[in-house]
Amino acid sequence: MKKKHFVWSRLYMAIVLFMMYLPIFYLIFYSFSSGKNMSRFRHFTWAHYVTLFHDDRLLAIFIETIMLALLSSLVATLIGTFGAIAIDQAKSKKFKGILLALNNILMVSPDVIIGASFLIFFTALGISLGFGSVLLSHIAFSIPVVVLMVLPRLKEMDRSLIDAAQDLGANQFDVFSKILLPVITPGILSGFFMAFTYSLDDFAVTFFVTGNGFSTLSVEIYSRARQGIDLEINALSALMFVFVLALVFVYYLIEKRRRFKKAPKRG
Amino acid sequence: MKKNRLFFLLPYSLWILLFVIAPMILIAFDAFTGSHGEFTWSNFVQFFSDTTFLRMTLNSFWYAFLITVITLLISYPMAYILSHMKNQQFWLLLIILPTWINLLLKAYAFIGIFARDGLVNHFLSFFGIGPANILFTDFAFIFVATYIEIPFMILPIYNAICDIDPALINAARDLGASKWQVLGKIIWPLSRSGVESGIQAVFIPSLSLFMLTRLIGGNRVITLGTAIEEYFLTTMNWHMGSTIGVVLIVLMLIVMLTTNRKRHHQEVR
Repeated sequence: MKKKHFVWSRLYMAIVLFMMYLPIFYLIFYSFSSGKNMSRFRHFTWAHYVTLFHDDRLLAIFIETIMLALLSSLVATLIGTFGAIAIDQAKSKKFKGILLALNNILMVSPDVIIGASFLIFFTALGISLGFGSVLLSHIAFSIPVVVLMVLPRLKEMDRSLIDAAQDLGANQFDVFSKILLPVITPGILSGFFMAFTYSLDDFAVTFFVTGNGFSTLSVEIYSRARQGIDLEINALSALMFVFVLALVFVYYLIEKRRRFKKAPKRG
Repeated sequence: MKKNRLFFLLPYSLWILLFVIAPMILIAFDAFTGSHGEFTWSNFVQFFSDTTFLRMTLNSFWYAFLITVITLLISYPMAYILSHMKNQQFWLLLIILPTWINLLLKAYAFIGIFARDGLVNHFLSFFGIGPANILFTDFAFIFVATYIEIPFMILPIYNAICDIDPALINAARDLGASKWQVLGKIIWPLSRSGVESGIQAVFIPSLSLFMLTRLIGGNRVITLGTAIEEYFLTTMNWHMGSTIGVVLIVLMLIVMLTTNRKRHHQEVR
């Protein structure tokens, strides 16, 4: 009886997972087809990958998107970490609550609202739409997630460490760099990682504030997909899938090393 | 020490001021002004007296509701099964992985899958059901939105189930509760907080998936998100766009307050 239950639950999970991966592999499968659409597989070809690597516009957009994600997540991580420390240091509970509530506004707002309000904001300030406005927006919507990743680490930290260091004559900078920073580094790293994926993944906010000159991968895919099927996009998605797998692998290695480092302490 | 605190607080509060408070004030300001910058209620009057707007709001909520319910129905068993698996980290990673593939690419895949000679229609004609128009229907929109939101529902529920003290389940079992009783009387109530945050994580974004309605839903204005995009970027009527935005924010707040109140209620009990 128990075994039967087990089989059903396995089957359910397999079906859901299959459905989750089907579209992704469907895209990758047809990226090797010599046809023009995603309905009949003709014969195997690398042609779409060749077109992709000769498509200077798309390659430039790809590099710009990665640069944008790196730059915005770096700045967001810096400001977000400072923000988490500031929230943690706030003396009054009320002030802390207000800061946290304000922090979470961008987390829960729908993308269209963020995009639309940023568009009004940039226009009101006279900032021209393009790389600058997109970068500022990506920094802005990535900051709260960094705060949320770093804050728990600060809360878990043993306060007596700081007191002890200060008693032993450590100055402000020492306390920050030798005690605070090492403790919250895992939080900072996962904050950076989240900010990076937020930026790579964003479409709606970018779509609102990008203007005509600058385009990210998401916006480019959207405008091409609206014109219909283009197997070059399939080739692109296959490459992105490999890229994501590599990212996951790196993340997995970092996690493993971290756990490995932690393990002796527990034992 | 005080100087130090200011050093950390300053860039962060500048961000709050510029990118959280200022945009909110600006969107509210635009919603309450006319084309000459004068204060007016007329945008809201127009919104609430026009049946197209009202129908769209209802539609939007109905679709978001359907998407949330279907996602929950699929995700809860998934989270439950996952919490009983070996190698949970691995399976969890497998569920998170698709969320890192760009949303637009996934939507684009469904253009192929739902196409007239695509995968689904091949499958249907195999069973003798002729090719059907699937792409550009409301069904396609709901299906793809559900597909995209599933991982965001599984994760909070899974976390909540994992947080349940196993001693409670063991105690119930020892006292003779069946598997279904344990599920209904212990696991479900104790994982409510996860379900609620999952609902919040799915319902609110579902209101603004304008790219899906454009790519999959057949380019019709059917949700509030699509309407906002249209007013801001196509017809350039920012005042009306902001008005719809303010309505969306208010509705969103209502949803959040109701899901939070339940949790509070539960704590009191």
